[in-house]
Amino acid sequence: MVLELAKPRPVWQIMFSTHHTDVALLYLITSVAFLFMGGALALAMRAELFLPGSQIISDSMTFNRIFTVHGTTMIFLFILPFASAIGNYLVPIMVRYKDMAYPKLNAIAFWMIPVGSALIWLGFSDTTWNAYPPYSIIRAPGPAADMWIFGLKIIGVSSILGAVNFIVTILKCKHPDLPLSKMPLLAWSILTSSLIMLVAMPTFAAALLMLLTDRLGVSGFFNPAMGGDPIAYQHLFWFTFHPEVYVMVIPAIGMMYEIIPRFSRKPIFSQGSGIAAFVLLSIVSFASWAHHMYSTGMSFTEKTVFMVGTLAAVPASAMHVFNFLATMWGARIRFAAPMKWAVGGIALFFAAGAGGVLNTAMPLDFITHDSYWVVGHFHLFVFGTIAFGSIGFFYYIFPFVTGRMYNEKLADWHFILAFIGASIVFFTQHLLGLYGMPRRIFDYPAFPEWIAMNQIASIGAMLIGISMVIFLINVIHSSSKGKEANMDDPFGIGGKYYYPHQAKTPHHHSGY
Amino acid sequence: MTHSTWPEWIYIGVVTAILVWVGADSWYIEHLLDKVPEDAKIIKVTGQQWFWSFEHDDGTKEVGELHLKQGQPYKFEVMSKDVIHSFNIPDYTVLMDAVPGRVNTIWFVPEEAGEFPIQCREYCGLIHYNMRGTLYVEGT
Repeated sequence: MVLELAKPRPVWQIMFSTHHTDVALLYLITSVAFLFMGGALALAMRAELFLPGSQIISDSMTFNRIFTVHGTTMIFLFILPFASAIGNYLVPIMVRYKDMAYPKLNAIAFWMIPVGSALIWLGFSDTTWNAYPPYSIIRAPGPAADMWIFGLKIIGVSSILGAVNFIVTILKCKHPDLPLSKMPLLAWSILTSSLIMLVAMPTFAAALLMLLTDRLGVSGFFNPAMGGDPIAYQHLFWFTFHPEVYVMVIPAIGMMYEIIPRFSRKPIFSQGSGIAAFVLLSIVSFASWAHHMYSTGMSFTEKTVFMVGTLAAVPASAMHVFNFLATMWGARIRFAAPMKWAVGGIALFFAAGAGGVLNTAMPLDFITHDSYWVVGHFHLFVFGTIAFGSIGFFYYIFPFVTGRMYNEKLADWHFILAFIGASIVFFTQHLLGLYGMPRRIFDYPAFPEWIAMNQIASIGAMLIGISMVIFLINVIHSSSKGKEANMDDPFGIGGKYYYPHQAKTPHHHSGY
Repeated sequence: MTHSTWPEWIYIGVVTAILVWVGADSWYIEHLLDKVPEDAKIIKVTGQQWFWSFEHDDGTKEVGELHLKQGQPYKFEVMSKDVIHSFNIPDYTVLMDAVPGRVNTIWFVPEEAGEFPIQCREYCGLIHYNMRGTLYVEGT
């Protein structure tokens, strides 16, 4: 599965290819590029919030646009395409098929992303990534908000096409000798997240259209002045985007399932409980959407239902954590970069999950909702868990893609700085929320506690920024000048522990 | 694979027990909070870009400031004139969205005298960051 960077080809050959590893490479480069772009926006915000008053950003509108595009970019242009990249590389190999089921559709799904992302970045909307009406329909300046809507529409269709492709590849093109129960957990994670996507995404696609016609003034679905209900949008939005949280986190957990047993030199503790937890998560992910909406004036009964639905997702997540820890228990672990990121990701996943339990407890939600607590909480998921798993997998797949090894020392510094930085920023943001600081604010009053905690958070963010520069240097340098990788066992784990592409018989996958 | 799975079951049991406890306790407390005291005075709270206005039950109006009496229960009827805001007094855990077309209610008892910040907790545009007010609780 070496990805031909070692044997240079003209770039257009990769760009116009429909082969799964070529499309995967395009997804990979695009998503990591957007990780850096979105990260730069985050650093601008943290620099602005270092002190009260305007620091480096002159007006609140610019700040509002920055956090909107930061959120949209990280979710739709980094996390989702990254999972597609890894799925494209490995799913066909794991199910032992020559390519994805629909190679042309695969390439089309990818090429919608540059179009959608251009609309989002050139528009630079200020609606926040959830674009709640009536603000987004009566007050948000056009054409930015319209471009955001069209951009997300295109990316939504791209996600649906990608999901269809993965589902068909796994369910219909899988080698007949490979039972579904023995399929590697990474492929299971892509299957379950694709299924969630397919069920959840059309709702948001519809909501976007309604938002657009509302903006044009020809309808009033969400406009109270025309008899509409803005809360209806929130239901449609979160019906898609709470499950979407699992669409994002499940592939990252799947990546950890690929990394942890291999670097622990042990079989996974329980393949069955991993599969069960994925399936459970994909079902209960649809039972919790309105926990984002407790403070919109929901009744006691509604709140109770969604609290129970949310709590129900916790045991399944806890099963994954247990599975990882039980696999690592007593193992001869090789702490190469991918393993460090995976283990760091599990630690932050656990912290994020514990915070989530507090959020969903009805009375506590009224303390944390829309405060910096929530910002810290979901960043522990999206950065601490998903980006950590993804970056770990990036290091893991790096030698297979480029034929060269990354620099382990630089990777160490990347991990140490990012882990310390993430802990500093996101745990401090939790506390800042308890002190009452609302999210999405350009400026804040000079309360001494708020200033101190904002400064701590900004310093943590700068550490992450430095770590990502180290990452960039490592990737650029190592992919052209790094030392050549031993392709049979680039991480020196030992021959018994098969890498996915080396499986000679399907049963090697689960039995390693 | 031959290994025992009982540690996993015990672990899942412990996690589930914690969740049940959290859920039951939240249900109980939220149940208490759901009952508005009968002697609560009604304050109409209106959010609009980008300030809060208040109307007491005797008809007096205030903008950006709210004067209340210590120890007296109050029930806020929260409304909006334009986009969604969220009425928030962080020191008293008062948080309720102001949704155009709806009246949401929340109650509290100011137990300590003093000045407390009022703010908007839901993004509402240009000056969202400075949609602030002050709650003055007058001692008895």
